[in-house]
Amino acid sequence: MKSIIKNKVADKFREIKEKGGTALIPFIMAGDPEMAATFTILPYLEKGGANLIELGIPFSDPLADGPVIQEAAQRALANGFRLQIFLRLLAKNRRLVSIPIVLLVYYNLIYQYGTERFLAEAAEAGVDGLVIPDLPPEEASGLQLPTEKNGIALNMLVAPTSSPGRIKAAAALTTGFIYLVSVRGVTGERPTLPPDLPELAGRVKKLTGHPVAVGFGISQPAQARQISSFADGVIVGSALVRKLAANAGSSPVAAGEAGAAFLRSLHEAMAGAAQENRENGLVEPFPW
Amino acid sequence: MNALARRGYYGAYGGQYVPETLMRALDELEETYLSCRQDPGFLKEFYYYLQVYAGRPTPLYRAQRLSEEFGVEFYLKREDLNHTGAHKINNTLGQILLARRMGKKRIVAETGAGQHGVATATTAALFGLECVVYMGEEDIRRQALNVFRMKLLGAEVRPVRSGSRTLKDATNEAIRDWVANVDDTYYLIGSVVGPHPYPLMVRDFQSVIGQETREQVLETAGRLPDCIYACVGGGSNAIGIFHPFLQDREVQLVGVEAGGAGLESGRHSASISAGRPGILHGALSYLLMDDEGQILPTHSISAGLDYPGVGPEHAFLKDSGRVRYETVTDAEALDALVLLSRKEGIIPALESAHALACALREAPRLSRNRLIVVNISGRGDKDMKTVAAETGVEL
Repeated sequence: MKSIIKNKVADKFREIKEKGGTALIPFIMAGDPEMAATFTILPYLEKGGANLIELGIPFSDPLADGPVIQEAAQRALANGFRLQIFLRLLAKNRRLVSIPIVLLVYYNLIYQYGTERFLAEAAEAGVDGLVIPDLPPEEASGLQLPTEKNGIALNMLVAPTSSPGRIKAAAALTTGFIYLVSVRGVTGERPTLPPDLPELAGRVKKLTGHPVAVGFGISQPAQARQISSFADGVIVGSALVRKLAANAGSSPVAAGEAGAAFLRSLHEAMAGAAQENRENGLVEPFPW
Repeated sequence: MNALARRGYYGAYGGQYVPETLMRALDELEETYLSCRQDPGFLKEFYYYLQVYAGRPTPLYRAQRLSEEFGVEFYLKREDLNHTGAHKINNTLGQILLARRMGKKRIVAETGAGQHGVATATTAALFGLECVVYMGEEDIRRQALNVFRMKLLGAEVRPVRSGSRTLKDATNEAIRDWVANVDDTYYLIGSVVGPHPYPLMVRDFQSVIGQETREQVLETAGRLPDCIYACVGGGSNAIGIFHPFLQDREVQLVGVEAGGAGLESGRHSASISAGRPGILHGALSYLLMDDEGQILPTHSISAGLDYPGVGPEHAFLKDSGRVRYETVTDAEALDALVLLSRKEGIIPALESAHALACALREAPRLSRNRLIVVNISGRGDKDMKTVAAETGVEL
């Protein structure tokens, strides 16, 4: 029997699962279009039904991202985004939302910050988890990131190309959720999801024993609903970032409201799926 | 035990810092390459194409007027005489043979100035493979002739509009394409950069330069060189000529980076001389970046050196002290290009002119009859527009 991992990310997944639901995890780019806007937008995400928030840290060379998120990072950097300042602002404003915040950070930014110092300051700022898109298990195991000491959940990525051995290696490092990349490709909206995704998610759940959240390509309520029938979390990035950017011209408040409305549409679709699952007796026991 | 061991390190540098989606492809590539590396059939095929298609071996030429003028034995390794005009073809031939072994039907590559793109398009045409080359919009504008050459060779050239619209962004885009099409696509990287096993593979394929140089210099001069100069952008021609001499401690090895408008100006591409360790394009190595790790725009008169990173093995060779790294400015490189054209009738690429300029700077300090080799990694035809503009001539 494996011991139960305690941190805010793992706790949140447990809490949602107990209610028979699926976590809705919106992604936004920190500092897009500028740092203050992020703190206006964050509470709207919680109001719109978010259970966790994935906050992207802008990087000049985001290898795993499609055009929408690349451009968001460029906007933030062009407007003077600084990670050190952002973490301080986050510490001051963290109480604006009560749900867990997971940072998506490319590894070079952590490396330059100094790993120990980064984790300490992130924890201080109220960061609950990390996703590092260019740090596969080979490199992550060598580093032995002291995330647990700081109460930060490490969430490893698994892709459709990951072998069972790789999936287990990712699981061994994960203390929050497994980020399941739904497609071969970069982030960005897709009209349809791969037909073998439910089977893949099932396999990953079985091999890892961690909650599995699906990301990359999800933009519509129907897709969110579909995913919530077989996964523990739905991550929505590009579609939301695009909606925020389209409304940012008027004001951060308008962007936040548009974002919240979009999340509500996803949340409702997912709630419908959860309801059906309960009626059909499909709520499965969970190991974590 | 569920841990996976990290691989592809040169001291503290290298590794595989890529999205999980690519790891299986890198594992397959490594496995295939490590078996090909030992396979006489593969090596025979590689050397066959180097000879009959690329035109190897390239001469080691004793530059007669330069030798006389400086009182040193001045040798030039003539990589400019390869098919497509540079050392790039050594690597693209090796990798395309690997791609064929792996059954891949589609090749993607990045290019800066277009030399690697042309070499890739050339070998893709040779074997009838589909070829997509990513090139920054800014570079497409500056290198119209190479864009035309790639298209003529049947490749598709995709403009890259993200980031700084140059080589680093083209590399990001080629990797993103590979992530999306990893099952049928081979990513043919152009230098000793990127995640393991690329730095190893490209070094092996380019080592033919140093192997030949070693044999040729022993045959013609009866001894090893005192000093070897090569330019370093990503660093493939330099690793190629240095590697077979690494154990010969008496041979000084000098890597020459692009000093642009001068290191103090901030407008340069000297990752080793002015950068610090960080992660870009899948590897840990020296990089040019700001204090938080955002990659900085670079500058060099030579597009082939205009890159914010450098191969991880160079980072290791720098720290170990085995290779000395120097910088040469745009102006010095330009002067060297003109000098070699007039004294020896050889117009070198602006990249190679950096190596030459460093050798010319140091030659007067050398005692008589010292023997130096400069790697002329490519020919200068592609740079005529730049050289004309720099010297105030309208073409």
